[in-house]
Amino acid sequence: MTTLTDDTLPATPRAMRDEMIVFVVMALLLASVPFTGVYPFFVMQALCFALLACAFNLLVGYGGLLSFGHAMFLGTAGYCSAHALKVWALPPELGILVGVAAAFVLSIVTGYISIRRQGIYFSMITLALSQLLYFIYLQAPFTHGEDGIQGIPQGRMFGVLDLSKPTVLYYVVLVGFLAGFLLIVRIINSPFGEVLKSIRENEQRAISLGYRTDQYKFLAFVLSGTLAGFAGALKVFVAQNASLTDVHWTMSGEVVLMTLVGGLGTIFGPVVGAFVIIAMQQYLAGFGQWVTVIQGAIFVVCVLTFRRGVIGEIAHYFRRSL
Amino acid sequence: MQALYAQLLVGLINGSFYALLSLGLAVIFGMLNIINFAHGALYMMGAFVAYFLLNLGGINYWWALLLAPIIVGIFGMILERTMLQWLTGLDHLYGLLLTFGIALIVQGVFQNYFGSSGLPYAIPDQLRGGMNLGFMFLPVYRGWVVVFSLAVCLATWFLIEKTQLGAYLRAATENPTLVRAFGINVPRMITLTYGLGVGLAALAGVLSAPINQVRPLMGADLIIVVFAVVVIGGMGSIMGSIITGFALGVIEGLTKYFYPEASNTVVFVLMVLVLLVKPTGLTGRAA
Amino acid sequence: MRRIISTMLLGTAIALAGASVAMAQDKTIKIGVLTDNSGLYADLGGPGSTLAAQMAIEDAGLTAKGWKIDLISADHQNKPDIGTAIARQWIDVEKVDVFMDVLNSGVALAVNNVVKEKNSILIDTGAATSDLTNAQCSPNTIHWVYDTYMLANSTGQALVKAGGDTWYFLTADYAFGHALERDTTAVVLKSGGKVIGTVKHPLNTADFSSFLLQAQASKAKIVGMANAGGDTTNTIKQAAEFGIVSGGQKLAGLLLFITDVHALGLKVAQGLNFTETFYWDLNDGTRAFSKRFSERMKNKAMPSMVQAGVYSGLLHYFKALEAMGGNPHDGAKVVAKMKEMPTDDQLFGKGTIRADGRKLHPAYLFEVKKPEESKGPWDYYKLIGTTAADQAFRPLSESVCPLVKK
Repeated sequence: MTTLTDDTLPATPRAMRDEMIVFVVMALLLASVPFTGVYPFFVMQALCFALLACAFNLLVGYGGLLSFGHAMFLGTAGYCSAHALKVWALPPELGILVGVAAAFVLSIVTGYISIRRQGIYFSMITLALSQLLYFIYLQAPFTHGEDGIQGIPQGRMFGVLDLSKPTVLYYVVLVGFLAGFLLIVRIINSPFGEVLKSIRENEQRAISLGYRTDQYKFLAFVLSGTLAGFAGALKVFVAQNASLTDVHWTMSGEVVLMTLVGGLGTIFGPVVGAFVIIAMQQYLAGFGQWVTVIQGAIFVVCVLTFRRGVIGEIAHYFRRSL
Repeated sequence: MQALYAQLLVGLINGSFYALLSLGLAVIFGMLNIINFAHGALYMMGAFVAYFLLNLGGINYWWALLLAPIIVGIFGMILERTMLQWLTGLDHLYGLLLTFGIALIVQGVFQNYFGSSGLPYAIPDQLRGGMNLGFMFLPVYRGWVVVFSLAVCLATWFLIEKTQLGAYLRAATENPTLVRAFGINVPRMITLTYGLGVGLAALAGVLSAPINQVRPLMGADLIIVVFAVVVIGGMGSIMGSIITGFALGVIEGLTKYFYPEASNTVVFVLMVLVLLVKPTGLTGRAA
Repeated sequence: MRRIISTMLLGTAIALAGASVAMAQDKTIKIGVLTDNSGLYADLGGPGSTLAAQMAIEDAGLTAKGWKIDLISADHQNKPDIGTAIARQWIDVEKVDVFMDVLNSGVALAVNNVVKEKNSILIDTGAATSDLTNAQCSPNTIHWVYDTYMLANSTGQALVKAGGDTWYFLTADYAFGHALERDTTAVVLKSGGKVIGTVKHPLNTADFSSFLLQAQASKAKIVGMANAGGDTTNTIKQAAEFGIVSGGQKLAGLLLFITDVHALGLKVAQGLNFTETFYWDLNDGTRAFSKRFSERMKNKAMPSMVQAGVYSGLLHYFKALEAMGGNPHDGAKVVAKMKEMPTDDQLFGKGTIRADGRKLHPAYLFEVKKPEESKGPWDYYKLIGTTAADQAFRPLSESVCPLVKK
């Protein structure tokens, strides 16, 4: 039996150098966006989803745990940040903090419950938990049900950065994304990440080596959930609203799709996947529900013939770890 | 007290759908080790096939009850032959992802052609009207749903647990190589099993068509609840999934009476509680 | 940078020369129909709204007078995120002047914010929320066709008057349902009726039997459905099954459209009471328009009130621009002009637009015909009551809209 991602290479110095080069290229490309005439809102949106997909990938690609409920972290952080910004009138940095903290608490609770089962059961449990939260948010007065929280003030970050200016907002989001991304890379290449990978490859062996695998998986879950929450908090500033869309199961499915397209268990795959899927939604919006059909078809094609994803295939071809 | 009886009965009706759907999931999981995310979409297809049979072919409800599961079952077997079988030997999660993709495609196509608001399907004349049971007015059709789905569930249980065919099935789940050595075509058996599981979903779809609007998304949210049912019951035993299905329907019915605000979350909350107390589910073996 | 400078120069020029003179040359208009083209409300707005906009452009006759009018449309998929993204792009890149339709309250409130921030125009004909002209009102937004307050008000008042003085509510358990129930309760009490019970059901419930049994047991004369979409149609369908209507209780829809009646069929929907502000078979004017509309629709559907609103709203918008002699591309200014001028068209009759952006016209209470009363396709309603324009909507005295001077 092969696991979800069977050919990631160990973190050798050469692999880390490759990663750094690609990272710098990516950062420079993204930093130059405002000068290219590409519509910045599109890129900001994609960056938020890219961070979400990277956080998701930390859990599935390196921990082997396929969460089908990651939207709950995105949405929870989004709602809490939005509420903090709009109702409590907190400054942006504290608003983000509130959202991330909420996702942190949520991931501890849901992680404690869902980590008890493995494989498909884990996926079903995370899906059910996120549906539970969906209904709670639907009924809770502070989320304003289907109307969502609207017109969220963007404010001034640290009192100086005026986030209502698109360019300023863009760089703040970019810095947030890059910071989150680097943190994830750091986790993956740390001793903790190595143990996680060994659990994914063979849990029994890891247990016999003396690792308390449940604790490692739990920690991976909390890290992933919290970072997903960070993505959700950033997204509030871009969209200026928080709505049920972000906690619905279709969102969880989209995150899975982004990661699958880009490459499960690759470092840059989720970023590429997020840009591909968001661009597709943007440019195919006129086709309405056909977008769903196309997404489904991509799922099928990826699973049947393209399991490594875009970056995974490239990495495999060059025998590099990306 | 009277109202309570009424709610219990109503709960059994919902339980019928949970039982039929979780039974189908359990049958498929037992044989293919796949959680069939497309189950909700195939349930929806069952309802639509009944609608087409009636409106395009003039074929009535009773024939639809027989034909729709066969038609959707064949569609399922084609899916299994052309796609699912290529996943043998891969991580189970790929099965989940593939069937999720199939569900999106099927639901999307139906939404494009039939909109989201749904099409009407009338209750068959023979089952119209209602009975006054003293404590409630029971529409005949709803009584029929409970009786019929209970019969189907028990028949499926009998087929798998008590017949020669079922014995092969169970043996092939445990040790496919050995069963193949006895000269049994295991891949064909897998295909037929998938067809059976899918047929059960389609049957549930036909049963629900006269109660609800025939809508492309009718199965999308339902399937998540059924997943929770499956987690609670565990997929180890056929009887287990039947009993859990009915039981959760009744519990949900009671919640609708005592605390309606929680009626759509109660199944999920129960799932959390069961996981905390007995992580393998009520009847399940360790996965 | 060059564009900013030229805009600034232009701005100065305008300031110097006076608005009407400098802008008289600009006779271009771009209209964006932002709607649900494929989802739950596609029949209500969707392609029909785009057709209505097209017909308004043709009927206004501005193109013959040298105006250049473009029309684009997009699908917001009922997601506020997608709605705002499209709205920003339309204003920034496509230079859209006016947003039409924008059904779905969540999307409408989100677009409302973008439109206000960027000084564009929103003529909303599809969203239900009365917040658009109350707490969230904006100098750039006009709410054209209906809102929750009006629906609750008209349906509640008329039914109590007709003897339906005891109510039981089936309420969708979220903000929208709560608001609908609250507003209707207030009207029922004020009209001398009473509410004897309410049950909250979750959104997107497939099975209403538990709730219907409770409504039945309450023996209330009216069962008010404070829900929408699939929930309402499922309630109606299952109420027929449980013999609610044949048992003497009446079903009142608080948010229901002709497209729902069409989907349900008269056999199930007969006897329903609810309010709309437009029906194709009201008078000669509505019939003439609807006939032309229906001929051009793919499925020969009659216009819904949302689609009729797009036509009516655009005609008034064109009138305002024509009166201004050109398009200033300044949302608040055009909306102010639209509020100054009285409205008048075949579909909604004579009306006005209030300071808070609320368009006023009469509201009609309909009852769905029995199958034997219907003379043909789409012959669904009989008119059983009319609420005058100045009585139908939320009075300004109750408004919290900052645009309303008190």
